[in-house]
Amino acid sequence: MSGGLPGRELAIQAIYLASAVFFIVGLRGLSGPERARTGMAQAAFGMLLAIVGTLLHQEIVRFEWIAAGLLIGSVIGVIIGRPLFISVPMTAMPQWVALSHAAGAVAATLVGVNEYLLLGAATPRGVMAALGFEVFLGALTVTGSVMAFGKLQEILPGRPVTWPLQNIGNLLMLAGALGLIVALVVNPGLSSGFWVMLAVAAALGVLMVLPIGGADMPVVISLLNAYAGLSASAMGFALNNNLLIIAGALDGASGFLLSVLMCKAMNRSFANVLFGAFGATVQSAAKGGDGGEMRAITPEDAAVRLAYAKAVIVVPGYGLAVAQAQHALRELTDMLEKRGVEVKYAIHPVAGRMPGHMNVLLAEANVPYDRLYDMEEINSEFDRTDVALVIGANDVVNPAARSDPASPIYGMPILDVDHARTVIVLKRGKGAGFAGIENALFVSPKTSMLFGDAKASLTRLVSELKTL
Amino acid sequence: MTLTTVIQFYVFVLAAFVGFQVISRVPPLLHTPLMSAANAITGISLVGSLVAAGSNHGALSNWLGLIAVVCATVNVVGGFLITDRMLKMFKRDRRKAP
Repeated sequence: MSGGLPGRELAIQAIYLASAVFFIVGLRGLSGPERARTGMAQAAFGMLLAIVGTLLHQEIVRFEWIAAGLLIGSVIGVIIGRPLFISVPMTAMPQWVALSHAAGAVAATLVGVNEYLLLGAATPRGVMAALGFEVFLGALTVTGSVMAFGKLQEILPGRPVTWPLQNIGNLLMLAGALGLIVALVVNPGLSSGFWVMLAVAAALGVLMVLPIGGADMPVVISLLNAYAGLSASAMGFALNNNLLIIAGALDGASGFLLSVLMCKAMNRSFANVLFGAFGATVQSAAKGGDGGEMRAITPEDAAVRLAYAKAVIVVPGYGLAVAQAQHALRELTDMLEKRGVEVKYAIHPVAGRMPGHMNVLLAEANVPYDRLYDMEEINSEFDRTDVALVIGANDVVNPAARSDPASPIYGMPILDVDHARTVIVLKRGKGAGFAGIENALFVSPKTSMLFGDAKASLTRLVSELKTL
Repeated sequence: MTLTTVIQFYVFVLAAFVGFQVISRVPPLLHTPLMSAANAITGISLVGSLVAAGSNHGALSNWLGLIAVVCATVNVVGGFLITDRMLKMFKRDRRKAP
């Protein structure tokens, strides 16, 4: 370190280092709900440090542009983030996160584009490679996230959209974009190549998400999170900024880890989610259902059965959220607990439209988090349970996943609801579930079906309980 | 490849490793807030955006930077606020004293 860094640069680096530490400590806070809010405050402080450190850069002279940008961005951010203005409902959290990924990725892409416009043919090779990846991942994340938003918001069809030679076409485009990055590293002056690469990346984002069905969205959202992080990391390589590299790597790790966990919970490989178009494979299997009769139960009988049970496990599925029945469910379980029934909630990892979605939905309905149990924690308890109450869940309780190698969901880890003494299933109608797979649980002699809208059924159960 | 690039790779790999370690300890209960938090941290691209917006490299650069700063700030501010709003909802059962 002969010569050493000038004082200003040293200060910036020290602030960046502190910022990185705050990010890591903040994320560590998320290892338990007690410390989570403090952790997030620390991470937010880390972000503040990052901004302060950046503003010390000698290069920055036009503060009016920065002030304008920060102000507009903060106003929009507060409008979205504070329930006072626009209350983003918790069911819409996946859409919000998708849109937010898009915003972050727009920033990364534009910074990359700007850098290339400034450096042009004089771009050093290493920087060019980093810029290439930054812009490629950024543009892909922007359009992919907008598509995911459209699907989740049901502006676009949620079902997988497929077309011939889809996978080969996508792979060729991917290869083409990567080839262009290589060409740009060899000859940074190839500016047309840069714009074509940007366009291909944007198109690829659309084409990659189109064939993915609604139930696979948790994987896609996690993956887009990882891409956005890696794009920020690439920006760090291009701008020689370690804080960007670190924060981007943290996000990348988080995104990849969550997508792997989601894939495991669905017993599918990454490749299968990305290239499989789930809906297409399932349709053929759905026809071969082995029939059997479902037994309906009246709300009166269901209420009696619940009221005189010792232990009840509630299994909420996405159908519960669709019917907006979380609050009615909490009211029901409150009444049961007052009668001395032990109530627990069993949460499957893919219940909902993003990782952990069901937990947030129930927390919003004031269900205490110590009543929410992960699949591994609760599966051994179904044996000792009098009534398992399944609400709007189907595939995650389908015993075929354990027993029928021919089933498309064979091997997927499920909640062992069929081990409970009796099962009550709240279901909209008699049809097959989202994925169109027959469910032997519904025709089991243990199981009684309570047909109807989940919210109406739960409200009915509450009023029946009151008369007991 | 320069020494700087090599050091950058060190930083990247070690940070990713720390990331995996820290994030694998987050329980499924908090996976949605985690994703929202990670999303807020992606707003770190604000750092690059600020330099682009505030440098004296011509109006185009400033405008691109300005848009980038707005987007990244929305990402950061909205992200942290929503994460906090979510975390506020997670409550212990008050009837059962810990």
